[in-house]
Amino acid sequence: MDFAFVLIQLLNGLQYGLLLFLVASGLTLVFGIMGIVNLAHGSFYMIGAYLAWSLAGMLDSFAAAILLGVPLTVVLGMGLERLLFQHLYHRDHLYQVLLTYGLILVFEELRSVIWGDDVHGVAVPALLSGSIPLTDNLSYPIYRLVISGFCLLLAAALYWLIQKTRLGMMIRAGSSNREMVQALGINIKMLYTLVFALGVALAAFAGMIAAPVSSVYPNMGAQVLIICFVVVVIGGIGSVWGALLASILIGMTDTFGKVLLPEYAGMSTYLLMVLVLLWRPEGLFKRG
Amino acid sequence: MNNFNRRDFLKTGAALAGLSGAGLAGALLPASMAQAQSTAGKIRVGLMLPYTGTYTPLGVAITNGFKLAVQERGGKLGGREVEYFVVDDESNPAKAPENTNKLIQRDKVDVLVGTVHSGVALGMAKIVREAGVIWINPNAGADEVTGALCAPNIFRTSFSNWQNTYALGKVVKQRGHKTAVFITHKYAAGDQMMASFKDAFEKEGGKVVKELYLPFPQVEFQALLTEIASIKPDAVAAFFSGGAAVKFIKDYQAAGLKGKIPLFGPGFLTDGVLEEVGDAADGMETTLHYADGLDTKKDNAFRLAYVKAYKLQPDVFAVQGYDAGQLLAAGLDTVKGDINNKAALIKAMEAAKIDSPRGVWTLSKAHNPVQDIYLRKVVGKQNKVMGVASKALADPAHGCKA
Repeated sequence: MDFAFVLIQLLNGLQYGLLLFLVASGLTLVFGIMGIVNLAHGSFYMIGAYLAWSLAGMLDSFAAAILLGVPLTVVLGMGLERLLFQHLYHRDHLYQVLLTYGLILVFEELRSVIWGDDVHGVAVPALLSGSIPLTDNLSYPIYRLVISGFCLLLAAALYWLIQKTRLGMMIRAGSSNREMVQALGINIKMLYTLVFALGVALAAFAGMIAAPVSSVYPNMGAQVLIICFVVVVIGGIGSVWGALLASILIGMTDTFGKVLLPEYAGMSTYLLMVLVLLWRPEGLFKRG
Repeated sequence: MNNFNRRDFLKTGAALAGLSGAGLAGALLPASMAQAQSTAGKIRVGLMLPYTGTYTPLGVAITNGFKLAVQERGGKLGGREVEYFVVDDESNPAKAPENTNKLIQRDKVDVLVGTVHSGVALGMAKIVREAGVIWINPNAGADEVTGALCAPNIFRTSFSNWQNTYALGKVVKQRGHKTAVFITHKYAAGDQMMASFKDAFEKEGGKVVKELYLPFPQVEFQALLTEIASIKPDAVAAFFSGGAAVKFIKDYQAAGLKGKIPLFGPGFLTDGVLEEVGDAADGMETTLHYADGLDTKKDNAFRLAYVKAYKLQPDVFAVQGYDAGQLLAAGLDTVKGDINNKAALIKAMEAAKIDSPRGVWTLSKAHNPVQDIYLRKVVGKQNKVMGVASKALADPAHGCKA
């Protein structure tokens, strides 16, 4: 492997890491900041991907599919929070695990009923479908670079929202002491509904944006769920920057693991998690 | 989560349903009479296939194919009507023993038909070998089923993992390629297909310069595509299926490799995905025991009947299910429906010549189809047949002592 290819692999690792961050960002918010264990995160990702596929087919435009799909998932998130999640904030985490595991099964069946069990591909928007040649026989899809850009933007926006705005301050306060925040006259119920809906919308948005590169298929949520939890745990619960750094670390480990030690590639990211947790049990960044 | 999961939930449900069912039957018939009825009356066929999860379409196609074969014979095999007992195996190897036992012990099936997932099939094999019940495997390709685990009562109507990629190895060499990279998921089927490709390709004088693996079921190919570009082999052979195949073929094109390094694969790579990959698969050559455009009398009749019955296009899995029905029919016709005369039944099935939509095939000594492997080319949205890559190819049945 010569130097040019090492550089390209670095780019691959970075790009994969940013994609991971996009998928994990919703979980960072809901699990990391709000403290809700949401195993159904992967299902929302899948719903987003299927929405992108079916809406893009109906509207004949990928951008329109996203513009219409995101509000739909916000409504879905608000409905779920009002109907189900808000009853569990005071209970043990185990109840949230049970509920969200049940939701995985429900959404998987609904997906089967509504959209069927076939594999689908979503076309990359024509404007972004080109590739940039890197070497004589390898080129890089522009759409992947666009996704990376989106991810960086999203990371910055999330950081700003949580650390720099009044809303973010209320969210952080609410997750550490719900009653006190309520006593101070803040409508914590409404706030939680909003933030949860945002988390659902982020997961679904990730599914939509990733659909053209990942294709759309049953059980796709299960595959991203575990890696999302790994991202949040390595990054440190509650830290957006931690999650971003962890995503990129995992992306690099996975990429070079596959190339250098193909036989053990399945283990490399989990090995990374073990090492990080031995070194810093609370994750790379503590809540700050 | 460990304390109460989906399985427990289903078990509770099944137990409740079972209680009410058993109560009803018990009230109407003494147990011994019910038993006697079953041996004199219908042939009890257990279908153990995936009806939920990723492999659902495959399970459905196999079921449809099998039932079509039975319907074409007036709903009877060897003069006896057929009664179905259905279990959804969820493609979950952990539940394979439990599900197999349900059909063998609770439902007392005469014949077991299943399944898609190789891990589940290996779980079934162990139990079936001991129980002695006739087992027809309509898909799962694990070499062991008709290899180390072979037995007189174990039959397969699909393929062994060895077969298609062995034929492929020869094809790739014949195209004049001297070096190749093989890429697949790191699991049993991938390993077996890789091994037989390498065996055939290197026997012909080629060289597999690198084996690339991806943890199952990951689909992030970018790093490995970069690796392929840096190795610059003459050809690439890949085994993925379903969603992973769609993504791999599209990524291969997006990385600019299509047209520079030709991509080959066993037919699973391009079957059932052509609608979704667009033009990214155009011109790809694959090998499989079935193809589009065979245009034989049998295939045309089968396709017509299948579309008429199910309003669906048949695929290779439907053919395999159909042939499972045909194989059983051939055996039962010879013994005149006497399912308890197992030795004669097995002998009759072994001798059967199956007139399949894929072409005529017979069984090897280890009970795997000896069949033509076709060379196909992606033209439009079809896996068009280009010829026979390997004539009457028999699996070597490594490790079969029966």
